[in-house]
Amino acid sequence: MTGDFAFAELLASALIVLGGAFALIGSWGLVRLPSLMERLHGPTKASTLGLGGMLLGSVVFFQLVEGTWTTHELLVSVFLFVTAPIAANMIAKVHLHQLKLGKTPGPAGPPAEPGPDSLWATYEAPHKGTPGCFAED
Amino acid sequence: MNRFIPHPGLSVMLVIMWMVMVNDLTFGTLFLGLIVGIFLPLFTAAYWPGRPKVNFAVGFAYIALVLWDIIVANFEVAAIILFKPNHKLQPAWLSIPLDLDTPEAITVFAGTISLTPGTVSADVSACGTWLLVHALHAPDPAAEVARVKQRYEARLKRVFA
Amino acid sequence: MIGYALAFAFVALAAALAMNLWRLLRGPGVGDRILALDTMVINAIGMIVLAGIADGDGTSFEAAMLLAMVGFVGTVAYCKFLLRGDIIE
Repeated sequence: MTGDFAFAELLASALIVLGGAFALIGSWGLVRLPSLMERLHGPTKASTLGLGGMLLGSVVFFQLVEGTWTTHELLVSVFLFVTAPIAANMIAKVHLHQLKLGKTPGPAGPPAEPGPDSLWATYEAPHKGTPGCFAED
Repeated sequence: MNRFIPHPGLSVMLVIMWMVMVNDLTFGTLFLGLIVGIFLPLFTAAYWPGRPKVNFAVGFAYIALVLWDIIVANFEVAAIILFKPNHKLQPAWLSIPLDLDTPEAITVFAGTISLTPGTVSADVSACGTWLLVHALHAPDPAAEVARVKQRYEARLKRVFA
Repeated sequence: MIGYALAFAFVALAAALAMNLWRLLRGPGVGDRILALDTMVINAIGMIVLAGIADGDGTSFEAAMLLAMVGFVGTVAYCKFLLRGDIIE
């Protein structure tokens, strides 16, 4: 019984340390990478997994060490994993929008146009009959 | 069935989410969860026309694959952030041609790309056939596009068959 | 043992929040500031979770959940304002 207890505490500790380390690395990426689009990678991935690790550690801790059953952490991590790509996508759209207004692009340069007869959706309304278009035909 | 439960997957997910949020496994919470799970899709069905055909078995395998990739991807991104100096970094924009054609499938594909190795999806083209993706370190953009298409899009085509 | 892990994670998150604050003050673009705020919210959620483990009570997770929702809505609202505030079409 004590063996199980020690293992659970070790697992929870390892998950919490891993989570803290990833959150730190994500924020370090936010500080040191050269421009907005590169900085976007650090927080959306490293911080999300960091928080996921901490929440999983908390589930393990409360379940096996304290003996109480909480599921809110799972909900928080599911919610974060669903919203992180959307937040990143919105910030990327702001970047594209500001490129059009004359902001200097980062090391990757401005993005290429998708094709001869259409632009990216930040610059142009969706065409009729395409998946993103909800206007009446 | 079609009229009263317009989105069975959404209903099941709402019931599970309700149970997790209340954090209590009794008949009362299950009953309330069922009410939420049945009536919420019914009232919002007008804003989500049509039902995407989803192969749930393949979908769960896909989720497991993506979760595994997220963990691996994070170690890769962490290594890039910690050890690769800025002048050696080769960020690039990738334009991925889409074979998927429903909004749900494209959304899941874009979300997957944002959560996995060094790529963030930025935009979709107005004609709905290209996805704009920013890669943190892509010395060979064409190979990266082929990898993403083969690894995720091919599987998603089977999920949303 | 869990005490050492918690101490390490608290220090790591405090350092992460300081870095986000630096990026928030430094900019240079408004996009960087939104990203810094978004990351600060994520790190603050981490702090709340750690405090919940340290205190040993589960009630703080409701605060974490609310902050996750409000922070996401805030980020999207900032971005939408920038995308709609001046029109290029």
